[in-house]
This record gives sequence, structure tokens and C-alpha cells, in this order.
Amino acid sequence: MFRLEPRGERSAFWTFSSPVLAVLLTIITMGVIFAVMGAPPLTGIETFLISPLLTVSGLSSLAVRAAPLIMIGVGLAFCYRANVWNIGGDGQFTLGALAGAGLALFFPNEAFWWFYPVVLIAGVLGGMFWAGIVAVLKLRFNANEILTSLMLVYIAQLVLVWLVTGPWRDPQGFGFPQSAMFSAGATTPNIFGTTMHLGCILAPLIAIAIWQIMGRSVLGFQLRVVGQAPRAARYAGFSNAKLTWIALLVSGGLSGLAGIIEVTGPIGQLTTTITPGYGFTAVIVAFLGRLHPIGVIFAGLLLALSYLGGDAAQINLNLPNAITGIFQGVLLFYLLGADILILYRLKRVRPVVKATVLTPEPAE
Amino acid sequence: MSLYEITSFVLSIISASTPLLLAASGELITEKSGVLNLGVEGMMLIGAIAGFATAHATGNAMLGVGASAFAGAAIAMIFAVLTLSLLANQIATGLALTIFGHGFAALLGAGYVGIAAPTLQKLAFPGLSQIPFFGPVLFDQNFLIYFSFAVLFGIWWFLRKTHAGLILRAVGDSHDAAHAMGYPVLPIRYAAIAFGGAMAGIAGAYLSLYYSPLWSQDLAAGRGWIALALVVFSAWRPFWLLAGAYLFGGITYMSLYLQGLGVPIPSPLISALPYAGTVVVLVLISRDRRRTRLNQPACLGKSFHAVA
Amino acid sequence: MTTINRRKLTQILGGAALAAPAIMRAARADAPLKVGFVYLGPVGDFGWTYQHDVGRKAAQAALGSAVVTSYVENVPEAPECQAVFENLAASGHKLIFGTSFGYMNYMVKVAGQYPGIKFEHCTGYKNAPNLATYDIRFYQGRYVQGVIAGKMSKAGLAGYVGSVPVPEVVQGMDAFLLGMQSVNPKAKLKFIMIDSWYDPGKEGDAAKALIDQGCDIITQHTDSPSPLQVCASRGIKGFGESTDMVSFAPTTELTANVNEWGGYYTQRIKDVIAGTWTPSNTWGGFDTGMLKMAPFRNMPADVAAVATAKVADITSGKNKIFTGPLTDQTGKVFLASGTTMDDGTLSGLQTLVAGIQGQLS
Repeated sequence: MFRLEPRGERSAFWTFSSPVLAVLLTIITMGVIFAVMGAPPLTGIETFLISPLLTVSGLSSLAVRAAPLIMIGVGLAFCYRANVWNIGGDGQFTLGALAGAGLALFFPNEAFWWFYPVVLIAGVLGGMFWAGIVAVLKLRFNANEILTSLMLVYIAQLVLVWLVTGPWRDPQGFGFPQSAMFSAGATTPNIFGTTMHLGCILAPLIAIAIWQIMGRSVLGFQLRVVGQAPRAARYAGFSNAKLTWIALLVSGGLSGLAGIIEVTGPIGQLTTTITPGYGFTAVIVAFLGRLHPIGVIFAGLLLALSYLGGDAAQINLNLPNAITGIFQGVLLFYLLGADILILYRLKRVRPVVKATVLTPEPAE
Repeated sequence: MSLYEITSFVLSIISASTPLLLAASGELITEKSGVLNLGVEGMMLIGAIAGFATAHATGNAMLGVGASAFAGAAIAMIFAVLTLSLLANQIATGLALTIFGHGFAALLGAGYVGIAAPTLQKLAFPGLSQIPFFGPVLFDQNFLIYFSFAVLFGIWWFLRKTHAGLILRAVGDSHDAAHAMGYPVLPIRYAAIAFGGAMAGIAGAYLSLYYSPLWSQDLAAGRGWIALALVVFSAWRPFWLLAGAYLFGGITYMSLYLQGLGVPIPSPLISALPYAGTVVVLVLISRDRRRTRLNQPACLGKSFHAVA
Repeated sequence: MTTINRRKLTQILGGAALAAPAIMRAARADAPLKVGFVYLGPVGDFGWTYQHDVGRKAAQAALGSAVVTSYVENVPEAPECQAVFENLAASGHKLIFGTSFGYMNYMVKVAGQYPGIKFEHCTGYKNAPNLATYDIRFYQGRYVQGVIAGKMSKAGLAGYVGSVPVPEVVQGMDAFLLGMQSVNPKAKLKFIMIDSWYDPGKEGDAAKALIDQGCDIITQHTDSPSPLQVCASRGIKGFGESTDMVSFAPTTELTANVNEWGGYYTQRIKDVIAGTWTPSNTWGGFDTGMLKMAPFRNMPADVAAVATAKVADITSGKNKIFTGPLTDQTGKVFLASGTTMDDGTLSGLQTLVAGIQGQLS
């Protein structure tokens, strides 16, 4: 029989190794799944994890897919460190897109160079507004932020559908549920003619910035203490309310920024589906990255790779596109399971044999 | 409106609300034990495909329902092991379960798209089902609709009138105190999670074997998330769950119905009402911290570290 | 396709994906042409995507070893689809079909990046030197459905489960009611838009709501068999969509529009091989065989005979359906007597004919 025994302190070895172990176990499991489905395991793994990285267009697609995941994931990591469980990233993403797009649609002929940054800022404010609602409900009414932020995701999505099928529908669009295309002045620029866009540069920069804030600033310190030891934080005089606000506004703002970049960049207009669940995938990205901004960068790239790999597996191996969801779920399961080894060690327990001994039995 | 039209309308609402009621009933028990399982959508899909495949293979829809319960509980066990024994974060694990469940069900269901399978039949009480209005509504429904009422009543009775229910609530409110009193916290939570999984699976089978009797990988269409909202909306009280399920199911149906009548309210805004309503209810029940403690399981979402 | 063929295909395409530049350099004129298909839904959806895949297989069978086809399913109408088109273009596919409207802007972008590859967009309206568009005159089939409905409906009120209020759906509703009114001038039509092309639960609910409001015959523009199943459970007749859905409703399905893409796909692939491909805009119907009706069932023989005659009239061009005088819901005549609506106006149609209850909003 095995028993879990507390280590008493976090194991540094396992903090770094458990994600590696999780990835290895996932790869093995995927190999088994590929074999069961009739594809040669090694070819399957190679197609899924390696082939998207072999072309320039593959790498830029990777960056484009990863950018929103990283941006939202970093915000969520920041928020979760403070023990504020915001799972409404998708809703804040949508509100950011709506706020910025609204501005772009109302001023379709703006040619000033500063219009685009203003649209971005509107996006950030939109996301902050939506997260701010969660903050008010939590601090003033003690409402659980997991549930409120989740409900707000649905409300945001339905507001988007309403606007895009109603007041903001493109009058030249033959009735299709989409807004007009945004003008050139409100379009996220691409990089050097690739499909990569501004967000691909901003995302890692933001991650580094948050990393510095979390690791080196007083605010970051307070945030981490509030998250890990709320009572100690209270004694030290850190304001729980202020830090909750900051956590939610930062994560909301970053999600909103990801949203406005996505609709002014790759999509170019508002449609009824502007997010394939980035906000929820970003929760996984945040956990995979162990709530550390640099880890989030790697985790975001890995999950983006899994989307591209799923497409490649479909085209080249005729596998169904459910492969991606299975990979992501299995990876997270293994990671969450492997994490136990950071705080606990596995101990072999021998069955107790009753014997006539003079020494007393060890206290249990 | 004629009596026929009113009866027809009510029947449609009951039909739309039952999967919500089934899934939410299971999640209610899970949450009462202190565990927040966000994976309802994934479990529903697994149950849907398990039920559909079994019904298709055996020709018997009821066997499909049984298979769906088993499948839902089985996949919930992954969540249970990770969160209870390996102390993983419940939110992340629940989300992983949703994503994995969706993908795994799609994989299993790949060969079943576009195929017809035996569906649940209506069970009519002879004689009683002829009564105008009450006949078709109460006495001429399929098995799962009767089952949903029975389960709801059973949950209410279990939580309020039995000793076991009291222990469950104690575990959800203060797992340390319950442990100190000698109650087996982890086995109780395992059982609660399994029950939640089974009910979610059955809700999935309702969808694939009766409501829109076919398999598609997005069959649940977000109903799992609505069920989660429902549990909160009901303030963790069973009869409010019934009211809430019919309200949520009814509103969705109403928004389509009103469109047919030519009422110019945009349907997305009507569809947003249940979620907004849930937020309002959440605020109302949480602001009074004393009242909150009466209903919301205080340990919801927290991992139990046994202090041996 | 058998498993063995898939393995060969795997090896060809897997190698191609890894060595795209080399392949393109080494491509010779007599190597099989690689053709890619991008699908919105799963091939088993027994509706829209299923019929496209039937067409793909027909083209593969007709052209044999001259061509190698592959597909990607469940590709959403979102930025993610762009990577799929790019992947196909970069892996040696010379002709790529995108089978859903929402791919439009992304196909335009990718077509611009790969000028040597030919793209075809179904139901779209943007063309480019290497981007063609193609579509079917679905409304012709709906007119025939309307004629049958006019004969079979006692209440004279039909229900239409619609998706989004785009011209294609408006054409469908108008044509259906015009067909119904050609038999029963007092016929009316109710509709519900479910804001989606495929959502079995909502489609079924919409059908129920329409039936609850007095419709005694149901047709749909959405893709699942759900409305037909609701009809079957209520004893009401209905029409399928995109494919013959009789297996889901053996005693209630009257007929359905059946989309036949195989002939078009075969022709276009031949054009690429022969070097005669042009970025055309094709809108075919009964006359080119792109649209067929499922067998007329569950109706009296004389109704089936009338419907068959109507199909012949439309095929020969005798009945163009959208010929004036046409009156809108306010009573205004929006198409003068004797004139036929031209394709340009038709493809942007947003006007409902008199007798349809409800607004497009």
C-alpha cells in the first residue's frame, strides 16, 4: 500500500519536474490513443507535436494562436496568486472586443495615427469594466467570484450576439450576423508580412512585465501574501479590498486587450463567435504555467501547438479533431496529479505485523 | 389560447427543462458535500454518447440510460481521485474534465453521427392520462421525466430528513469538524461526486435518446454550465431547483415562441435573463452572511487536508 | 475509402507536409492532382457537410487515379480556419474548396498569399483571380416544397425553421410561400430564426413552437433532422434539408432538397487538370443537376404528379419563380408584373412577400 506523507516544504525538484513528467505521460498516452485509432504512434506524435513547427507559416500560426492565450493566462495567473478565482476571462475578452469595436464602428473614417491605440485602450477598459462588476459583487455583497464571473461570460456572449444581429449589423452585409469590417485605422498591424500581429509581441512583453511586478514590487509581494496567507496579510495591514480590485482589474484589462486585438486583427470585424473558449483554455494555461508569467508563455505555446497539431492530424492522418481536446484534458489531468508530489511524498507502508515486542508501538 | 395550445406549451417547457433538472440535482448533492465540480458539461456528453451507443447496440433505450449513469459516474471518478486524493485544485480539474469529456465523447461518437437509435417511449398511466391538461402533463411522460421528479423529491428528503443527509451537509459546511467527529469525509465526497456524475450522464442520455434523439458532439450546447448556474440560483435548495429549472428551460423556449408570435424583443436578450437572474439571486443570498452560511456549503471548492 | 488507401494517403500527405518546398519543386504534370476540402461540420452530420463529402467521393470515383482528395472537418468560421487553408495550400493541394460562408475573408487572405493555388468558396460573394464562388439555387426546391405544402396543409399555415435572416433564407421563405400560394392563394407562413445553422435542440424547440402556434406543416433551413423528429412525434408532415432524412422520419418526411455537388466538383477538377479553370461564379439549380428533390413520399399520387410537373417547369426555365407581380408585407408591389428578378437583386434579397408573418428585424 502507498500512503501520501507531507514533505513539510515544497520540493524544488518536483516543482520543475512535475510539468515535465506530465508532458511525458501525456505523450505516451497520446501514442496509445493514436495506436488504438489506427495511426502509427510515432508518426502521430510527430505530426501532432513536431510538424506544425517545421514551416515558417506554422511558427507564425503558433504565435497567433498563442498570443491571446498568453495574454489572458498571465492576467489569470496574477489574479489566482491573490486567491481570486476569476474564470470569466471569456466574458472580459468579449467586453473588451465590444468596447473597442464600438469605438471603431462609430468612427469608421478616423485616420489619425493615435486612433488605433485609443481603440486598444477602450478594449482594456471594457475588460476592466466587466471584471470590475465581479469585484463589486464580491466585495460589497460577498458573492462568490467563480460563479459571478462565469455567469457574466454568458451575458457578455449574448450581448455580443444581440449587437451583431441587431444594432451593429453591417447594413451592407446582406443580413449576415456580423458587423462592418473595421477601417485600416483600426486594424492591428501585421509583422513583416507574416500572419503574426502586434499581439504576438505584446503578449510576451506583458508576461515579463507582470513577472517583474509580481516578483519585485511591493504590490506583487502584497498580492502573493494575500493569496497564500490571508490572515497574515490582514495583520500586516494589506488591504484585501484594494488587492482584490487590482487583481480583477488587471486580469480583466488583459483579457479585454486580447479581445480587442483579436477582433481588430485576425478577424477584422465583430461576429457571433469571436472566442473559441480562450478564457477557459487560459485557465489551463495559467495552471500549466504554475501561475508564473514565464511559465504561462511556455504553457500558452504548448496549448497553441496542440490546436495546430490537431489540425495537422486531421489533414494528414485522418484523425478526428477531438484529438486536441483530449490532449489538453489529459495533459492537465496528469499535471494536476503530478503536482501532488511537490507537497507530498509517496511512502510505502508495510502491513503492521503484530509481534510480541517490548518496545511500545509508534504513536500514529 | 386554447387548452390544447396551453397543454402543448407546458409540455414543451417540461421537455426542455428536464435535462437541466437532472444534471443540477446531481451537482446539488456534489456541492452540498463541499465539492465544486465544473465538469458537468463533459460528463453530460460522455453520458449522452454512452447512452446512445448502448441503446443503438442493444435496441433498448432504458439500457442506454443505465449505461449513461454508469459512464457519467466513471468519468467523474477521474475528477474525484484528482481532487480528493491528490488534492488538485477543483476549478482547474473541473475545467479539464469539461474539455477532456467533450473531446473523448466526440472521439467515441465519431461513428454515430447521423444514425438513428431507439428513443425513450412515453409511459402513460391508463385512464389518468386522459384528463385534460393534467393528463398529458403529469401522467403521460417518458420515464426520465418521472424520474427527475422522484430524484428531486428524494434529494429533498435525504438532505432534510435523514441522518446521512445531515452528515453530508456537515461535510460540506465544515470538513474539519466532520472529520474530528469521526465522519469519513473523503468516502462521502467520493459518493457525492459519483452521484453527480451519474445524474449528469443521465441528463445527457435524455438529450441523445429523447429530446433531440441523435448524437452530435455539441449536443449539450452549454446546458452543463446552465445546470451549474441553476444550483447557485436555487440557493442549494431542492424545490427552488425545480422552479429554477423550469424557469431557465421555459425562458429559452419562450424566446423562440415569442419570435414566432412576432414579438419584437431580441431573442439573445431574453436568453440572457436566466444568467442575469442568477447573478441577482447570488447577490441576494450572499449579502447576508448569516443567511449564506445556512445554505451555501462553506467549504465549497476547498480541498480537504486531513490533519491526522 | 478503405483503410489501405488511407495509409497510402497518410504516407503521401505526411511526407508532403514535411517537405512542402521540395514537393512543389518536384511536382510534375502527370502526378495526381491534390484537392482539399474544408468542412464546417462533421462528415457524418447527415446534412450539409455530408452532402459535400458525397460530392467529393463522387468526384474521386469519377476521376480515379488522376486525383487525390482529402478533407478537414469541424473547421470553425473563425481565425483558426486560416491556418487550415494555409496548411492545405502549403502541402501541395492545388485546388481547395471551402464549403461555408464564414470562411470568406480568410480564403481571400490565403488566396492572396498563394496565387498559384486555386480556391473555390461555396455560398460566398467575393472573387479573386484564383478564387471562384459556387452555390445552388436552393429556392427552386423550396418552391416545389411549397406546392406540396399547399396541397397537403389543411390549416394553410406552414412553419419555417430558419437560421439567420440572410438572402439565401429569405429566398427560401419567399419561394416556399409563393409555391404554396400557387395552389392555395390564402396560404400563410410563420418563421422562427434560431441564429444558428445546426443546433438540434433549438431546431426541435422552434418546430414545437411553430406547431404550438398552429402550423400543420414544417420545413427547415437548418441542418439537423431534429425538426422532422418533432414532426414525427406530433403526427405532422415535414420536409428534410440538404439530404434525404427519411430514416429519421419514415412516415412524415414528404421530400427534401438534396444538394448534389459531385458533378460540379468533377468538372472543376477536370478544368484545373486541363488548364481551363476560371474564377467563375456558378449558381446552379435543377437544370445543371446540382439540386435534386428527394423521392416524393407520404403523399397522394396526384400531389406527387403536380410536384414532378413543377420540377420540370423550373428545369426548363418556364417557371422562374421570382417573376412579378410580387407584393411585400405592406402591400407594396416590389417586382413589377411580367419582370423577372435578376440574379444580382436576388442574391441580396431582404424582402418578405405578403403572407409571411413576422419581421426580419
